[in-house]
Amino acid sequence: MKRDLVIIGGGPAGLAAAVAAYDNGVKDVLIVEREERLGGILLQCIHNGFGLTRFKESLTGSEYADRFVKEVLKRSIEYMTKATVLNVTKDKEVTIVNPETGVLKIQAKTIILAMGSRERSRGALNIPGSRPAGIFSAGTAQKFINVKGYSVGKNVVILGSGDIGLIMARRMTLEGASVKAVCEIMHYSSGLNRNIEQCLNDFNIPLYLNHTITNIEGDKRVTGVTISKVDENRKPIKGTEMHIDCDTVLFSVGLIPENELSKNAGVEISPSTKGAITDQNRQTNIDGIFACGNVLHVHDLVDFVSEEAELTGKAAAEYIADKFVKNKNIEVKNGDMISYIVPQKITDGNANVKLFFRVKNVVRDCRLKVLADGKEIFAVKKSILTPGEMQTYTLRKETLQNIENTIELKVE
Amino acid sequence: MTEKNITCIECPKGCLITVRLDGSKIVGISGFSCPRGKTYAENEVVSPRRVLTTTVRKSDGSVVPVKTDKPVKKSELFDLMAKINKIVVDGKVSINDIICKNITEDINLIATDNK
Repeated sequence: MKRDLVIIGGGPAGLAAAVAAYDNGVKDVLIVEREERLGGILLQCIHNGFGLTRFKESLTGSEYADRFVKEVLKRSIEYMTKATVLNVTKDKEVTIVNPETGVLKIQAKTIILAMGSRERSRGALNIPGSRPAGIFSAGTAQKFINVKGYSVGKNVVILGSGDIGLIMARRMTLEGASVKAVCEIMHYSSGLNRNIEQCLNDFNIPLYLNHTITNIEGDKRVTGVTISKVDENRKPIKGTEMHIDCDTVLFSVGLIPENELSKNAGVEISPSTKGAITDQNRQTNIDGIFACGNVLHVHDLVDFVSEEAELTGKAAAEYIADKFVKNKNIEVKNGDMISYIVPQKITDGNANVKLFFRVKNVVRDCRLKVLADGKEIFAVKKSILTPGEMQTYTLRKETLQNIENTIELKVE
Repeated sequence: MTEKNITCIECPKGCLITVRLDGSKIVGISGFSCPRGKTYAENEVVSPRRVLTTTVRKSDGSVVPVKTDKPVKKSELFDLMAKINKIVVDGKVSINDIICKNITEDINLIATDNK
């Protein structure tokens, strides 16, 4: 079977990319989704706060997903659910397995990787202790409660204060559980201030900064945890141990782009984003293979995922129509204090390029500087920059045209 | 004269808003960066409100996500949860279907997914 465009993943990135590609002339599109319905992780995010940037209203995750699913259906874009992609080759052959057709191979002209991310697990952190029931990643607990309707636990300790952990602290509290503590190994929460306020402070849930779990106890079911204060190197301090009785431990310790398929295809992965290295079109090192959404880099807001996916879908359409412009070869460099910038390359100097970046640490009263070919072209004062908040800077085409080799962002 | 610091929850920015009060009368608000934030802060010092999102049970045992179509009194959240946990819905539900009319004040509980 042949296809102009195969999109791997029917979450927010895949859906928006499909619609944009279709609207820009690609009619032969197939979305491949592993779960039973389109929508991705949004379907288990029943809380509100989605879509403020894009729709100027506060939607729940499932409502946000529905807006895009409707657009896909309106265009009769083809999709396959319960379908897992087993392999992608550099020649763009996609191997899919699903219960109806078994194994099938599709030769695609272009592929958009939109597989999203997965949660870091207890194993990734090496938390000591036994392995009883009652230990979940926050997202798994979220799916159990919000989609399956199961009760997960009564007395809860949450490790990690990212947004998913905070949202789950509130969710479990509302469902009648007692959240004893949220522990954060860093000296700041990577979650949004609004979530600290409405998910923890509203319910008097204590947040222990500079703390981690140093032991999980229990035989069949979790019976408690030990939490300890950590030093500036994030090592537990002896003598600060505190015991908390609980039957449930949730891990909300970060997301990792899910790039196994990308790696098999030979897509080059950035060590800082854990996603593909791409140009402004979100094209990877392999011609005709694109990536967008959380598989490319973990976003804070789905609104930005949709925006990125639309850009990517449009670019895939241009690629198929052979309309790519390549008149530049600019490297985007991470300067001081910058942990990553997406995209990493710019190959077209005739259009504005929005750079998405994160800083390494919390920095106050600083200056963000933009350097073109080593010369400062722009500087702006920032009162606070935090790693939890993705920043943007738009490079105007007028500026781009005059750049030869490099563009660098740094914070002083 | 008292001052209350409020973290706005209207959008991801999370502005720190200061409300100055003379008794229960608002005499000044600063720190907001949009009209939504100003309104939020005004309400927050008088009667804090939140949109409640949760799920209701369907008769086949599955759950469907719901929300209140307006913010409800924060002090009422747990009472409402108790009420909502008693609801069982039959048949197919679509987004914006009213699951419970006037669950409190003139506020409806509506579905947020098609299931």
